[in-house]
Amino acid sequence: MSTLTRHRTGLLLTLLSAALVAAAVVALLLGRYPKPGFTNPLALFSDPLAGQIFFRLRLPRVLLSILLGMTLATSGAVFQLIFSNPLVEPGFLGVTQGAAFGAVLAILLFGGSLPAIQLSAALCGLAGLGLAYLLARRIRFGGWILRLILSGLAVSALFTAGIGIFKYAADPLTQLPEITFWLLGGLSHISWGELLWVFPVASIGLALLVMFRWRVNLFTLSDETAFALGTSPERVRLVLILAATLAVAAVISVSGIVLWLGLIVPHLSRRIFGADGRYSVPGSLLIGGGFGLLCDTLARMLLPGEIPLGILSSLLGAILFAVILTRRGFRQ
Amino acid sequence: MKDPAALTFSKVSFTHGGDAPRIRNCSFEVPKGSITAILGPNGAGKTTLLHLALGWLHPATGRISLFGTDLHALTPRLRGKTQSLLPQKEPTGFEYTVLEYVLLGRAPHLKPLAAPGERDIRIATNALSQTTILPLEYQSISRLSGGETQLLLLARSLTQEPKLLLLDEPMNHLDLKHRKEILELLLDWRAEGKTALLTTHDPETAALLADRLILIFPGGGMISGTLAELFTGEHLSELYGLPIRTFAQDGRFFVDY
Repeated sequence: MSTLTRHRTGLLLTLLSAALVAAAVVALLLGRYPKPGFTNPLALFSDPLAGQIFFRLRLPRVLLSILLGMTLATSGAVFQLIFSNPLVEPGFLGVTQGAAFGAVLAILLFGGSLPAIQLSAALCGLAGLGLAYLLARRIRFGGWILRLILSGLAVSALFTAGIGIFKYAADPLTQLPEITFWLLGGLSHISWGELLWVFPVASIGLALLVMFRWRVNLFTLSDETAFALGTSPERVRLVLILAATLAVAAVISVSGIVLWLGLIVPHLSRRIFGADGRYSVPGSLLIGGGFGLLCDTLARMLLPGEIPLGILSSLLGAILFAVILTRRGFRQ
Repeated sequence: MKDPAALTFSKVSFTHGGDAPRIRNCSFEVPKGSITAILGPNGAGKTTLLHLALGWLHPATGRISLFGTDLHALTPRLRGKTQSLLPQKEPTGFEYTVLEYVLLGRAPHLKPLAAPGERDIRIATNALSQTTILPLEYQSISRLSGGETQLLLLARSLTQEPKLLLLDEPMNHLDLKHRKEILELLLDWRAEGKTALLTTHDPETAALLADRLILIFPGGGMISGTLAELFTGEHLSELYGLPIRTFAQDGRFFVDY
């Protein structure tokens, strides 16, 4: 990229950050109290209930929706680069299905206890990655990447089968609806309590991914070449996979399953910023934050009842994907 | 003390898990300022030898040293600053621009969390102009022809500023014009006193580029020496298992078969 376009890319990233902050402020003022639509900022001080809703419900929820989008999109961008495969999404190594399995298990065992569901989802998500990793070590053929992808598929299928068994065994009147809602994803129950522990975990993972944004390019090359360029491909890959997975497990343990976002946003970012992770990874961070915010704001605004987040992310994601695929690159 | 060679193999053996040794008791030197070609038929173990020289594969026994230092005792960064690899093929799933891609060669010179700066861009641009693909600087690498892609990989190797170039079949699938360009680049490289080790299955390529040869015979035997010593009908006939004659004209070697 020439000096000129590099300055333009930097400017674009700055503008995108400013737009995200502005969008967050607007989203905070949107809601269904006192009436559906825009809340007058002055009412926050005159109406105590409006103030409560604003600070105790909307603010943590808006922040978490941005964090969720950032985490899924950035992890997706880094995963696609280090697996040299534009079709992987951040949960494919058994994390998403592991977390879903954990949540469903907790719903059956402990009823609707939120902390139990979140803890169980986070632990089982990490267990999913561990299992996929161990299985990949034992596969006797193919390169390391292929082995990880295959074992991720197998472990995800295993957990999906487990979820199927639980659903079959669940009480159709009480437990099954709750399972279904969790699997569709959503942030309606978010309070400062969740943000307090999800934020540190996710932001440490995100910081690591963003810091490695240029070096991550080396892992799109063959392992011999990455090695010849003075790196230890297996070690760095493992560190980045762990950082991304920890962050993803933390956010989806409170949000439930939100598909597509982590797959689509990196494609959009590469269309705008080019393949180089130096710009496409921070680009994914910002676009992902905006996409998470948009989906969640629609989820709570569009209908009097809450729309599950996973439905909106899949719907918008699929439309966006079709648009990206059928348009020529922005950069030519 | 004797000035160490660029690369020294001392009694190196290598086995792919469980099989009979692929490489047995192999010793040779790649002197500084030479272009050495590893020549042998398909499947003889040329790439294995190159990957041993890279440090990517570990010998079962024996020692490999790079400019006098044990190869496996070097830090990854120092190793990356000393030698580079031009692989036989490189998968390219993403639409990097030519310049972005060539800049990856700067990795061993940069701190782990740093990105390339103006100086790195100058070095990369210089390598692109040497390899004649500077006009393609902002093009997507997925739109390059086979010959341009080979020049791209060579430009990345040069951007790495190594002292020893490792090249895996650098002349494969290239038309005459691109062969000539790569030939001239490598001869310039040697003229600067730098060193290259390459693999090829084609005796004509070896005669064109190299001043030293390492012959790998199908049975696992191996000899090394100068081009003039080893480029004989007798050796080549044994190497490929068919009658081959060689002849010299104006100081250059040719084959007939």
